[in-house]
Amino acid sequence: MAETVFAPWDDPEQKPLIRFRNVTKRFGDFTAIDDLTLDIFEQEFFALLGPSGCGKTTMMRMLAGFENPTSGAIELAGQDIAGIPPNKRAVNMMFQSYALFPHLSIWDNIAFGLRRESSDKAAIASRVEEMLKLTRLEKFARRKPHQISGGQRQRVALARSLAKAPKLLLLDEPLGALDAKLREATQFELMDIQEKTGTTFVIVTHDQEEAMTVASRVAVMDEGRVMQVATPQRIYEAPNSSYVADFIGDVTLIEGTARARAQAPEAPNTAVPQSSAPRGPSPNALGVWLHDKVLAPVIGTRTDTQLQLPPPDKSDTTLSVLSRDIPEGGIDIAWSDSQPPLIALDADAALDGAQVTLALRPEKVSISKTRPDGAVNALKGTVIDIAYLGNLSTYHVELAGGVMIKAQTANTRRVSRREITWEDEVWVSWSGTAGVVLST
Amino acid sequence: MRRRLLIAVPYVWLLALFLIPFAVVFKISLSDIALAIPPYTPTAKDGIWNMLTGLDFENFVFLSEDDLYWKAYLSSLQIAFISTLLTLCVGYPMAYAMARAPEQWRPTLLMLVILPFWTSFLIRVYAWVGILSGEGFLNQFLLWIGVISTPLTILNTNTAVYIGIVYTYLPFMILPIYSALDRLDGSLIEAAEDLGCSRIKAFWLVTIPLSKNGIIAGCFLVFIPALGEFVIPSLLGGSGTLMIGKVLFEEFFSNRDWPVASAVAVILLLILIIPIVLFQRNEQRQAEAEK
Ligand SMILES: Nc1ncnc2c1ncn2[C@@H]1O[C@H](COP(=O)(O)OP(=O)(O)OP(=O)(O)O)[C@@H](O)[C@H]1O
Ligand SMILES: [Mg+2]
Repeated sequence: MAETVFAPWDDPEQKPLIRFRNVTKRFGDFTAIDDLTLDIFEQEFFALLGPSGCGKTTMMRMLAGFENPTSGAIELAGQDIAGIPPNKRAVNMMFQSYALFPHLSIWDNIAFGLRRESSDKAAIASRVEEMLKLTRLEKFARRKPHQISGGQRQRVALARSLAKAPKLLLLDEPLGALDAKLREATQFELMDIQEKTGTTFVIVTHDQEEAMTVASRVAVMDEGRVMQVATPQRIYEAPNSSYVADFIGDVTLIEGTARARAQAPEAPNTAVPQSSAPRGPSPNALGVWLHDKVLAPVIGTRTDTQLQLPPPDKSDTTLSVLSRDIPEGGIDIAWSDSQPPLIALDADAALDGAQVTLALRPEKVSISKTRPDGAVNALKGTVIDIAYLGNLSTYHVELAGGVMIKAQTANTRRVSRREITWEDEVWVSWSGTAGVVLST
Repeated sequence: MRRRLLIAVPYVWLLALFLIPFAVVFKISLSDIALAIPPYTPTAKDGIWNMLTGLDFENFVFLSEDDLYWKAYLSSLQIAFISTLLTLCVGYPMAYAMARAPEQWRPTLLMLVILPFWTSFLIRVYAWVGILSGEGFLNQFLLWIGVISTPLTILNTNTAVYIGIVYTYLPFMILPIYSALDRLDGSLIEAAEDLGCSRIKAFWLVTIPLSKNGIIAGCFLVFIPALGEFVIPSLLGGSGTLMIGKVLFEEFFSNRDWPVASAVAVILLLILIIPIVLFQRNEQRQAEAEK
């Protein structure tokens, strides 16, 4: 039996747990959330990504009940939650500022929410211990919040919000202050909790890798609007705008004008120039006499045979490709006067004539010293910078027109053995389907 | 060297303005009453040795024997305690409202709290005589709106003393509580509500504990001066209002019995040392918590 994919957003039968309907939130005349419509489904791990101040926290605060939308409605499990106070919502929030109670010990902080709904001391104690263990805070249980480090405080805040096992958990940058190892462990822990309890998570993060790792879907926000909501894979592979492409991961954006290539484009002009007759100097009698008498002893005798340059060598052309290798369809993007058009085979031919942006992920761009055979797009440039990322290296290659392209390769050899270095003349190339054509 | 000088300043201050006067008062309390100027004996004129040998604890023994004095102490403690509680009940909501007011209003509100200090304390207490007396504004107003048919006797009762103390010392209660509430991070209340507290519960479990230091500071700032208060009970209180400040005044100026008056003052100070030390400790703890 095939494993069913978790994708309730594709199923029209499914009822979303949270439904934002045309929600707008204004602070005075500043619009923090602008006409937001969004569905979040039960058991999702929903990540909010966006630059600082784009309204992520505001969105969460509306879900938790600390702010009311200026207009529009938020539904939780089919019920409009406007006017329901925070303590009556089955929602817990982990605050970006942690909001730990300074007068209570770590233990009491975590127990705070549990004590509100039950008086079973033993049950509370075992739950608190469980949370302490999960966040590796056992040693600090008796301390006050000002006696522990920033990362430990963050874990307390996380433990406190997890303790009540709510239906919906809002985490506002839950792992930002943790070191890489602990962060990874906690991410997996969160996913584990989510799997076990079926809690729906909405998580704000500035760490894209984190969003990619944990999230079932990612929403990219900008200035109070959601730019795209999709699975991490789709967000990365098929961003719907240059904003999203640029925001998620590393990308090179090249702007140009699209031209449909219904048939294969005209063959690039590589034929030998055919002039009607070879034309050479044709001196008159005086000229011939002068040459023979004066110049011949110095530069040798004159011949009438025409010297010609050899026809252009195919490996030395800066033209993009040889037409016979390229399948039909897609578009050409004219982007520079001095460079050949770029080819995107999977783009919609209807874009003909439109201004488009080609988004290229560095890892999809190869770099080599010689022109690679059969590459659909290949351009020549100079290595300006190399960013060493440990397992990978990113090369910043400047093309003749001044455009920068990033290319990434895995560091399979030691850095000292690297064959391409600064100032090298190189070729960058990518396939006809590597880039994503964006019309906005 | 300069650092030592700097550290020395508060000590010199303490020595000059507290310890030396206290030593003088203490010495007088051990002397005997005399018809002279100053009205006690022995003095330094009699020679140091004679002066020191002439001192005794007679006055303290006298205080313990006459029940007027310890009744006055007890009654003062009671009045100071009750009026501190009343001031807290009035002051806390005011401080809370101020801390919750929009940011741009707060300086104005703060100034309004301090504004009464611009008028003489004596005049303000006198003003209450005009308000509380039988024909005073309060009675006239109540008669006019028809709540009462005969004027209330408020002036010259303990009630008037309470009103006077609450009115006078209210700013001392409001300011430390306000400063504690102002520092309180609003997201803590939100976190409490998020974790299942109602508004009231969050107030009890978070706001009150976190303003505890302000409350304690305010209470001491009211209690300590109220205990020795003289002006308010003598202007607003009646013959039945027994407060140690009043007794002290009578001993000094009516009986001209400086040694007994000094003994009363020394004991008052000893009683006050306990709350003062507690107050200091509270301040210290607060400073540590903020580090
Ligand atoms: N109470 C408020 N009054 C006025 N403006 C506010 C208020 N709360 C938030 N804003 C504004 O709304 C915008 C969105 O704020 P929000 O806190 O949601 O940002 P964010 O996406 O969480 O940012 P960050 O990643 O830095 O946490 C910001 O420009 C902020 O200044
Ligand atoms: Mg935020």
